[in-house]
Amino acid sequence: MNYDIIVEIRSLAGLADPEGLAIERALPSLGFDGVQGVHVGKVFRFSVEAPTETVARRTAEEMCERLLANPVIEAAEIRVVADSPGVPA
Amino acid sequence: MTAEIGIIRFPGSNCEWDVARALSALGASTEIIWHGADSVGDVGAVVIPGGFAHGDYLRPGAIARFSPVMRAVADFAEEGGPVLGICNGFQVLTEAGLLPGALTRNVGLRFICRTVECTVESVSSVLTGRGMRGEVLRLPINHYEGNYTCDAATLAGIEAAGQVVLRYRENPNGALHAIAGVANREGNVVGLMPHPERASDPLGVGTDGVVLFESLLVAAEEWQSAGRRSEPAEAAS
Repeated sequence: MNYDIIVEIRSLAGLADPEGLAIERALPSLGFDGVQGVHVGKVFRFSVEAPTETVARRTAEEMCERLLANPVIEAAEIRVVADSPGVPA
Repeated sequence: MTAEIGIIRFPGSNCEWDVARALSALGASTEIIWHGADSVGDVGAVVIPGGFAHGDYLRPGAIARFSPVMRAVADFAEEGGPVLGICNGFQVLTEAGLLPGALTRNVGLRFICRTVECTVESVSSVLTGRGMRGEVLRLPINHYEGNYTCDAATLAGIEAAGQVVLRYRENPNGALHAIAGVANREGNVVGLMPHPERASDPLGVGTDGVVLFESLLVAAEEWQSAGRRSEPAEAAS
């Protein structure tokens, strides 16, 4: 089965996110008032061939642990979309 | 001095010749080692210089960790061989798990290129063995991601164990505890954000980096004369 996976990487809570802060400070000048908690991260999209969703998720978790995220500074959130036709290029 | 120093070159390294020149001026012989090599040879120390290894793709140092030479560098470090990472080299060593913590973006989102003052905090590392505790060195920094961070337990641990070897006198980038350089527990692997090779010529920004390279060369000579693969008991000394 083919599973589409979306991995979102964010800074760990409590770590400075100067890029998010800079964007948050820029927004009021465009009239977007009251926006708080802007954080900038990364998104990875890929598809994995796996027998079950659990295996697909486990594969993505290992990818995050070993390459996609640096656990010292980043947290990963994994979303699995079951049996999809594949991520469009 | 006759120590032989291996300087790793990744695609995107750009300080390898500066390091080679600074070390040669102190009498060392140097060898540039391509990242695809599977051995570091018989060198007395390894330096990972600054730059943008593999374009800093994903995170600085994240892809460099998978270059073939890094397995050899890890083995060399494991045996007790002196390993120094400067700037991007420091980032590579943290990503490779050879040093604790990580380097993240500077607070203030500025690329910082200026000379700063650093205090030598510990002399029990291959980089600071010839220095004096409390000595202040003027060294150039040149980075966007030099903000040292780690979890609270790691921070307490490296402070207690004397693994913080250099500290900024005025924190330029938001680094935890103003940390500019750290060593592993054994003191044979060291990383620092400042560039000692750019403070090694009186025509540049002074010569405060020389004492650090002298320390490295002493460690390299000791390592070479002691012979590789010494008994594990000796590695901790």
